[in-house]
Amino acid sequence: MTAGARTGMREGFVSCEVCGLLSRPAGAEEPGHCPRCGAELEFRRRDAIQRTWALVIAAAICYLPANILPVMRSTTLTGVEPDTIMSGVVILYETGTWYLAVILLIASVMIPLAKLASLAYLLVTVQRGSVRNNRERTRLYRILEIIGRWSMVDVFVATFVVALIQMKPLMSIAPEPGVLFFSAVVILTIFAAESFDPRLIWDSSQGKQETNE
Amino acid sequence: MASLTTDVVACIECDMLQRIPALPPGGTACCPRCGHKLASCKPGSLERTTALAVAAGIVFLFTNVEPLMTLSVAGRQASTTIAGGAWQMWEQGEKITALLIALFAVIAPALQIGFMLTVLLSVRRPPAPRWVGTLLHWVEIAGAWSMVEVMMLGILVSLVKIAALARVVPGIGIFAAGGLIVLLAAMSSAFDPREAWSRVRWANGDWPQPAPPSPGPGAAEAGR
Repeated sequence: MTAGARTGMREGFVSCEVCGLLSRPAGAEEPGHCPRCGAELEFRRRDAIQRTWALVIAAAICYLPANILPVMRSTTLTGVEPDTIMSGVVILYETGTWYLAVILLIASVMIPLAKLASLAYLLVTVQRGSVRNNRERTRLYRILEIIGRWSMVDVFVATFVVALIQMKPLMSIAPEPGVLFFSAVVILTIFAAESFDPRLIWDSSQGKQETNE
Repeated sequence: MASLTTDVVACIECDMLQRIPALPPGGTACCPRCGHKLASCKPGSLERTTALAVAAGIVFLFTNVEPLMTLSVAGRQASTTIAGGAWQMWEQGEKITALLIALFAVIAPALQIGFMLTVLLSVRRPPAPRWVGTLLHWVEIAGAWSMVEVMMLGILVSLVKIAALARVVPGIGIFAAGGLIVLLAAMSSAFDPREAWSRVRWANGDWPQPAPPSPGPGAAEAGR
């Protein structure tokens, strides 16, 4: 069941990514449109590997300024103080709410890193034609799709802190460019996960089986 | 044409061809190769989803109109709504972030609920016109970018952060947002997209009458 299964592509069928209908494509090169919903048909997501790599690299580049640049700047009577993602985590930890500090650390620092590392791992294994742990790799991909959005937490925190603390001249908090890079990381990784095609994980075992036959 | 039956599918995650068996109520069919959930039988799905979508729409209004929290410091008071937060970001020069916040926390959930209601009401009398299929696609897209639950965690963290600086009181908006998360999750899990798609007229103009999967209680039209 694991290898050499009857797949849509092998039997000359294509399944619509929008409505799920299985149909006969118009041609092997140009599969045409889905008869039910009219969406453009593709055997595999177009240029999945190149697009995913490009987005992963772009996200990795934005990850550095997102964590180094301040996301907020608080102005009080005593002076101006910048606030990065990590310093926000540290402050939460020191003020006694360690569980929130842990949640923020996971959501803002670890999830984006884990997501980039996992996507790179999936891309490399697909490119090397790996046939091992297909089920686990597919599950990893499914988890990536779910957890990515949670990195957005810090941007929401900054938004609501900025919205409320506007007590000039006593105390005011303004957003800083770090916030922009941070949202860029989240969005780029979401798009990266979307442009990858999990069917590629299974395609190599297909090829292996056929040469063995 | 053999390809036009909706019972035979290729798994969207591993492309294995398979026939979806007749499912008992509440049953799900998973791909034997990769474990992807292919279909589930949800009797009365359309009615239940409609009820939940209406409730979500009402709670959504409260979430966006009522203040999330109010703070008082040195005799001054300030409160904010979700849109107010996005607006303050815009005012402070982070315009892209402001637009993203508005998109993820207000626009995407609004479209998700609005499109879902439109689809549900239009497919009550099949075949529904073709544009319903387009909206059905957009329900999925809007749902992917709707981040009410992430926003909720952000609100809670900012509440704790601000509480260290000033006295802060949670508003009705926070509780409404909590309710909205539950309703949106329930709405998405009650919805059966296969059932909805089977009621939409095809792009090529015809509408193959779906054969009832089984005459018993498993038939999707069985209702309550």
